[in-house]
Amino acid sequence: MVSNRWLSVVSAGVLALGLAACGSDDDNNPDDGANGDGGSLSGSVLIDGSSTVAPLSEAAAELFMGENGGVQVDVATSGTGGGFEKFCNGETDISDASRPIGDDEIAICEANSVAYEQLTVANDALSVVVHPDNPVDCLTVEQLTAMWGPDSTLASWSDVPDLEADFGEPLELYGPGPDSGTFDYFTEAVNGEEGAIRTDYNNIGENDESGIVGVEGSPGGLFFVGYTYFAENQDRVKALQIDGGGGCVAPTEETAQDGSYAPLSRGLFIYVSSSALSKPEALAFVQFYIENNDAISGAVGAIAMTQEQKDEATTQVDTLVG
Amino acid sequence: MVTEKPPRTARTRLAVAGARAGVDAGRVFGPRGTADRVSNALFLALLLLGLAVAIAGLAALIIWAILEGAPRLEPGLITNPPSTLDRENAGYRPAILGSLYLIAGVIAIIVPLGVGAAVYLEEYADQTRWYNRLFELNIQNLAGVPSIVFGILGLAFIARGPLSLGFVAVAGSITVALLVLPTVVLAAREAIRAVPPSIREGSLALGATQWQTVWRQVLPGAMSGILTGVILAVARAIGEAAPLLLVGAITFVVVDPRYFEGSYTTLPVQIYDWATRPQEDFQVLAAAGVLVMLALVLVMNSFAIWLRNRFEQRW
Repeated sequence: MVSNRWLSVVSAGVLALGLAACGSDDDNNPDDGANGDGGSLSGSVLIDGSSTVAPLSEAAAELFMGENGGVQVDVATSGTGGGFEKFCNGETDISDASRPIGDDEIAICEANSVAYEQLTVANDALSVVVHPDNPVDCLTVEQLTAMWGPDSTLASWSDVPDLEADFGEPLELYGPGPDSGTFDYFTEAVNGEEGAIRTDYNNIGENDESGIVGVEGSPGGLFFVGYTYFAENQDRVKALQIDGGGGCVAPTEETAQDGSYAPLSRGLFIYVSSSALSKPEALAFVQFYIENNDAISGAVGAIAMTQEQKDEATTQVDTLVG
Repeated sequence: MVTEKPPRTARTRLAVAGARAGVDAGRVFGPRGTADRVSNALFLALLLLGLAVAIAGLAALIIWAILEGAPRLEPGLITNPPSTLDRENAGYRPAILGSLYLIAGVIAIIVPLGVGAAVYLEEYADQTRWYNRLFELNIQNLAGVPSIVFGILGLAFIARGPLSLGFVAVAGSITVALLVLPTVVLAAREAIRAVPPSIREGSLALGATQWQTVWRQVLPGAMSGILTGVILAVARAIGEAAPLLLVGAITFVVVDPRYFEGSYTTLPVQIYDWATRPQEDFQVLAAAGVLVMLALVLVMNSFAIWLRNRFEQRW
């Protein structure tokens, strides 16, 4: 009795494994055949880092793999800080970053003798979004500091100093977590020190969509996020103009490119390790990333580089290719 | 044979039905008071409420996912790799394969280790020894440790550190296996304990060694309970995302994963990533992915339940 049961179970297991094996064999072939015609490069490129930059790297990876079927490019999203942690540990080839590398991170990279090159790949306008019914249209950096400062206890919009409109809803703050480059950039620009922020805001980690959902659902909500999230959700949230001292400026492609959306316009970067640059497939990928920048940023709705930035990046890549 | 847990035969069912009919007719215990009827109805209502909450949660999830994911319910969802550019045709293939590899590894680890630990604790361990009681206590504690803690353990000791396997699928398997192992040990112990002592005593009396008794009598008898534990463990393992994020389950992999090298991703991680994207297409994909996930869990559980029923043993 018992042995019969075992027999049937084991044979069922063997059958299942066999099916799985056949399945994956078949699955692998079309890929190799379909994409393997162009390019003679092979190997793999591992990218990790910012969730704001990841869509760009993914688009670049897809286009690149379309031409170079032998190369596998994988993109992870651990946040800018999380990405640098692995990058400086020598575990990734390229790190996506929505802020420049920090001093402590440079120290770790140096300790592990990881040398790198920084390349700009797009621009971003860090957008401050609120509920569409919010009567306020413009905030000064001082007002943002009053809301977000590490010692801030502001609980209502009516407590915000010199507010242009009469608005009494409770202030509900949403923001990304400390692994995020957006977090680092915002705290540096608004509170004057990277990482300095009041601790009682709704920390949405790397999940930017949930911040949009949060603001959409609370009349007094406020959230800071990369431009793409605002641009894709203009029917759900409203972006505030920011007054950095020179008057109110709205986050748009133009104001981000010319830097007039200050202090919240920023560059988006990739960091390439020198060990990756010695791999032909990684070098080719970086070159491709810069050359096809318009197509890549267009495909994912990011703010493209200016001609000046493109020229600079091209020169940089040319030096790297040698 | 000693009947400790009498099976519900036709005869018992008849007796229960008869008693119930007698009670309902008021002939056995006399007529019922109003208070009895009210408390009876109230209790039943509470039970139904409990059931309704559980079912409503699942139903709401399924209905939402079907409504939201409807445009993408097509074969391409399963057979295509993910894509950021061609979002209408993006799919979950590497994620599904990654989840299957991961789970295959988890089962291969938890069944021998979990059952082995349970057999030791139930059949061999001397419960009066302090260290055996310490083991027991720790296994129960481990079952309550948050999954992210196992992720950190996996990052420090499996992906990096002593094992240094790197961020590959096998590292994910080991991490998640450690996470769900206590569930299997606890369930297997219960199942082994439920095998009547008379079975063991009979086997030993006929001259079988302890090993023979365990292997030929106790384990086959406990198999259905052990499989229940494995089902629960696997269901939890397949839904885990948090610890895997730490051991390298990457979110954008377009080629099929391999077990010992290269990047991998799993269904929950891929769903999470797409659910956080700004574009509407990704939201739809995430909802459709929830359905793929539910279908996968259903298929795996059905197989396991079929397997369990084949081993069902009545004493």
